[in-house]
Amino acid sequence: MTFPSEPDAVGRDLPRRDGAAKVLGTATYAYETPLANAAYLHAVQATIARGRVTELDTTAAEALDGVVAVLTPSSAERLASTEDRELAVLQDEEVAFRGQVVALVVADSSEVARHAAALVRVSYAQVAHDAELRADREDLYAPETVNPGLPTDTAEGDVDAAMAAAEVTVEETYTTAMYHNNPMEPHATTALWDPAGDGFLTLWDSTQGVHATRAAMASVFGLDEARVRVVCPYVGGGFGSKGQPHVNVVLAALAARAVPGRPVRLALTRQQMFSLAGYRTPTIQRCRLGADRDGTLTALAIDVVEQTSRIKEFAEQTGVPARMMYASPNRRTTHRLAALDVPVPSWMRAPGECPGMFGPEVAMDELAECLGIDPIELRIRNEPRVEPGSGKPFSTRNLVGCLREGAVRFGWSERDPRPGARRRGDWLVGTGVATSTYPVARMPKSTATIRREGDRYVAEIGAADLGTGTWTTLPQIAADALGVPVDSVDVRIGDTDYPMASVAGGSSGMTTWGSAVVEAARAFRTKYGTAPLDGDEASGTVGPPDDRYAMHAFGAQFAEAHVHRDTGEVRVPRLLGVFATGRIINPRTARSQFIGGMTMGLSMALHEKSVLDPRTGHVVNHDFAEYHITANADVDEIEAHWLPEHDPHANAMGSKGIGEIGIVGTAAAVSNAVWHACGVRVRDLPITLDKVLHALEAQSER
Amino acid sequence: MRSMGVAGAGKSRAVKREITVRVDGIPRRLSIDTRMTLLDALRERLGVTSPKKGCDHGQCGACTVLSGGRRVLSCLTLAVTQDGAEVVTAEGLTAEAATPDGRHAGRDLHPVQRAFIDCDALQCGYCTPGQVVSAVGALDEFEKGWPSAVTKGLGAPRLDRAEVAERMSGNLCRCAAYVNIVTAVQQAAGAAAAQRTAETEVAG
Repeated sequence: MTFPSEPDAVGRDLPRRDGAAKVLGTATYAYETPLANAAYLHAVQATIARGRVTELDTTAAEALDGVVAVLTPSSAERLASTEDRELAVLQDEEVAFRGQVVALVVADSSEVARHAAALVRVSYAQVAHDAELRADREDLYAPETVNPGLPTDTAEGDVDAAMAAAEVTVEETYTTAMYHNNPMEPHATTALWDPAGDGFLTLWDSTQGVHATRAAMASVFGLDEARVRVVCPYVGGGFGSKGQPHVNVVLAALAARAVPGRPVRLALTRQQMFSLAGYRTPTIQRCRLGADRDGTLTALAIDVVEQTSRIKEFAEQTGVPARMMYASPNRRTTHRLAALDVPVPSWMRAPGECPGMFGPEVAMDELAECLGIDPIELRIRNEPRVEPGSGKPFSTRNLVGCLREGAVRFGWSERDPRPGARRRGDWLVGTGVATSTYPVARMPKSTATIRREGDRYVAEIGAADLGTGTWTTLPQIAADALGVPVDSVDVRIGDTDYPMASVAGGSSGMTTWGSAVVEAARAFRTKYGTAPLDGDEASGTVGPPDDRYAMHAFGAQFAEAHVHRDTGEVRVPRLLGVFATGRIINPRTARSQFIGGMTMGLSMALHEKSVLDPRTGHVVNHDFAEYHITANADVDEIEAHWLPEHDPHANAMGSKGIGEIGIVGTAAAVSNAVWHACGVRVRDLPITLDKVLHALEAQSER
Repeated sequence: MRSMGVAGAGKSRAVKREITVRVDGIPRRLSIDTRMTLLDALRERLGVTSPKKGCDHGQCGACTVLSGGRRVLSCLTLAVTQDGAEVVTAEGLTAEAATPDGRHAGRDLHPVQRAFIDCDALQCGYCTPGQVVSAVGALDEFEKGWPSAVTKGLGAPRLDRAEVAERMSGNLCRCAAYVNIVTAVQQAAGAAAAQRTAETEVAG
């Protein structure tokens, strides 16, 4: 049987199946795994950004009552693989960034572990470090590829000639800040090494992919994968930072193997997460647009400079969305990296698209201003007929629909295009628009099993639910694929004991796991028909994507910004997004994903910035008191809508991933609204009052 | 300074105290390190993991519990100060459904909890128990007429969105369910008011 064209469970507004456990607090997260006689781990971190540890005096720490073990580079076991240098912890005395782990303490209580860690005395031979990202550095280099294996540079036509010949041009540099994912649940692992036989490692880890974590840990410790189990039924947020294992998993496993038979618990502190759990690189984006008087783009270029760490490369694909968003005969995108003595950057919600739709989308607003064309109309005039670069047809592309629907819902037609023309009391009022996009990703591997258990069906797959709704939405897909009521289907996820699932990343979860579930249902019905017996089971595996088509989700975001005329304070009382993301599996969880992404985008626009002091290599605002994320009172009205769309080429369900697109474009929409409110172009995030105040002062003097 | 082992010379020792705390209706007696926070005592000593540790610095609100009926940040509260206290976590808001082992198998949810599920005021769930307890505390404060920073005038505050958002701003949510959290708190307050009205009518 095939997936029904008129689904029953898919599309239903069902409440979360894990809702009761979460409102009670009985859902068990990694650190909370109930295990007797647990020990607690606390890490000792380097206080220099580059150099060598010359001496580690653990005497006082070891003398403390309740200390079970202290591990250092000289006492920790040798790892089987040190290829991933982020994970090769306690293997040598080199310090490659401030905050790197140089020792660990295991104790009977978390208080004693922390106290003992503070008693470890570390001496260093410090050498000069370099932790400052600048576009004029002479050591910038081109990585071989950018995440996740895309070309570093692209070029079509002749951008320089087209810019020289263009009737109107915009050429500006935009920057986005360093951001930390900061899921509410810290990166946490409980580890148990059972020494019986050849030994068996169990990791209860907060991860977006149990199988990916198992593969990495099996490699690092030289264990057969059959001797490692990773369990994670609930993830307290990740936003990419739990997509790949970070050093906490290795630390917990190292400690567990040092105290066989005893479970070891580790939760990074909020402060430690600013050096050990990944982050989004700051970006410097030089954007160039050239156009005819009628607004037709003739040149489009983005040259990106960003950072990586010296020990492990991560190249954020910031220039990638500019490759396909608008038509232009001449186009150039480049990425250059500075390898610095800093922590290792990694994935954060919509890597590439999120920062990479800030510069270009503000630049489009600036172009609209120069041309005197409505910014929505300018975008519509530059719709490509096929995907630029590849020349492939889009599977579905409803960007224009999103812009038009959003314009109606937001009341855009009444907008006076002049900046600084509206006041409400002491507030200058403006509105802005920007677009969103995110690719439809399908991972190459995932398998699901469907089994008849009594009068129920059970789907098993090692998938993750990091608040995305997997516990609720996978049963909806399975129910329709089997042709049964959703109430008769259970799912089991988050454990390597279930069939192999890809990581929850790149908004690929539902496309990949959902396809595997549909295939399993098909195999099950082929084998057993509609009257299966208890215990009957069948498996299915995700197939390859239909690469005849370019597949992307699209959206349009509208913002209203208020700028206080005296203080420069910026408030955003209203955000509205319209998205075209294929069929929506569950409108309730989908709306939460969109609104959550947009709110995180608002946070990026107004609040977030990790302040890395280049003198120390240290993120100085490393907690929630100083790294501001949007709080409840920062949010007023946020609406998310979607167009009815069914993408027959994306997957059997006709859906596209929705976890990331909500954050894409929000900051640009806010910046454009701030310009419309007060006439100041803020090209450097976050939009703080100091960046608009000078202009307000000048205006009031006139 | 003899008893203050940490400050003394030589081998340092934790200072221990015996306390009794009622947690979700059940008296729990334990010997604790005086440095231990209420949050760690609950999570690491008593296995009560409903309150969460998000920051350990009183900046995120995930650890919010009721102590003596008022919302407190359990990560900023030393356990030793809670001797004799009545502590309620999100798990214990369903106290009448408590089973003898202190776990609440019967899912007799508090109106705030039901509203959170109805409004999808949660995603990853990690901040949720703190949000729920904070909402219960906030609604009680509101009932008593306590003003907030955004309350206008001297009369009884109205529970509009700005009031709820302000009163719930001590609880961060990185998934950003804020819009739905405000709706859920208003819905729960409305349900409670309707319940009181009905009770008044019956009594009258």
